[in-house]
Amino acid sequence: MPVDQSLKIELGKQGIFVTTIQELYNWGRRSSVWPMQFGLACCAIEMIATTMARYDMARFGAEVFRPSPRQADLMIVSGTVTKKMAPQVVRLYNQMAEPRYVIAMGACAISGGPFKQGYNVLKGIDRYIPVDVHIPGCPPRPEALLQAFITLQKKIDVQHLTGEDRPRFLDADAQGEFPVPEQGAHDLEPTSNQGVWPVQIKTGTQGTRDPGN
Amino acid sequence: MKTVEEIKAAIEAAVPGAEVEVVPNPGPAAQHSLRLAPDKAVAVAAFLRDDPELAFDFLSNVTGVDWPDKEIAEKVKVTRQVTKTVDGPDGQKVGQQVEETVEETRKRNEPGWLEAVYHLYSVAKKHGPLVLRMRTVNRADQVALPSFTPIWRAAEFQEREIFDLYGIVFTGHPDLRRILMWDGFKDHPMRKDYVEPDDFEYEPTAHDEVLKRAQERRSREQATGNREQVPSAG
Repeated sequence: MPVDQSLKIELGKQGIFVTTIQELYNWGRRSSVWPMQFGLACCAIEMIATTMARYDMARFGAEVFRPSPRQADLMIVSGTVTKKMAPQVVRLYNQMAEPRYVIAMGACAISGGPFKQGYNVLKGIDRYIPVDVHIPGCPPRPEALLQAFITLQKKIDVQHLTGEDRPRFLDADAQGEFPVPEQGAHDLEPTSNQGVWPVQIKTGTQGTRDPGN
Repeated sequence: MKTVEEIKAAIEAAVPGAEVEVVPNPGPAAQHSLRLAPDKAVAVAAFLRDDPELAFDFLSNVTGVDWPDKEIAEKVKVTRQVTKTVDGPDGQKVGQQVEETVEETRKRNEPGWLEAVYHLYSVAKKHGPLVLRMRTVNRADQVALPSFTPIWRAAEFQEREIFDLYGIVFTGHPDLRRILMWDGFKDHPMRKDYVEPDDFEYEPTAHDEVLKRAQERRSREQATGNREQVPSAG
């Protein structure tokens, strides 16, 4: 249970630091999220700009971009995911060790973006892997990527260690490996992972602003 | 640079038997192209590169074009012999041959073809561009063209791309395989009759053609209750 804030401050003034295991554990995890070196297209240029001197991402804990998925906590999917590349993205995600997070950066990673009707464009990486933070933009500004990073840190902060809503890496029965799509004759097979992307088709009356759904 | 007609004359003088035709370009740039017949095309290309005056040593672009089959409906006046029954002199019905002119609508299917277009420049002589075209026989089974990769190395990847997206098979290419799509892919996406796979399940801001497809999909799902994809016809 959380510690009473005023008591915490009072004791802090006396030189005594009071916290819970959950707070400490999550603070340690969120302050050192190491991304994987993974850029696909133009959004990768913005990601690189975010790591450079002006919008430094290292001050938020993304100290090094690890080249190996085994050592990384975060995969920033930056750029258009083509259908040719999609199985490899899912394989890399499977190879990352838990706890792992995904940021879908840019319109292409969220839904296919401006190239959505392309013959080789996957309409969003969240068809196959679970995404934690989506950043709209084409490309999103470096400040937007930093905002997404902070959002992810806030999400990690409130994760419980026990109980029903604990995250996947603390749950022994949770699914850890996501099926890799095959490259079929006309399209990827399956076209989406129904466990990850359960699209709700709304039936009945629709508003005039949303006729395509 | 010489004009297109002069280059055509030079090619016909140097490579006997080469069939070259000028395809005029009606636009303001007036970049007329030369259409080559596939059988002597490699010899023509070698001449264009090695000739000291033309010296086309830089192949800047190779692209493909799909000319689909055309169905032409035309009205034709046809004269036919028609038998008409007429009252005969004895009060019986007699058949009589009469010529009648009838207007008929005939439908003709003109087969299309695939085309590869090459843009050549000369870095040594600083002239260009020269546009070359080569046509296949049809779009279905006779889709082979000679490859210019032995002449200009720049054609290697671009001819692979045309093979991937249009289906033109380049004979003499050192490594002809798909370059943008994966190897097991069966369609040629840039052809006019390519049908995209049906993955328009969720369209929040649909418009134009996407709106049409999303609505078709929604009505099909509501009618049949089936959310599965339709296997594409492509």
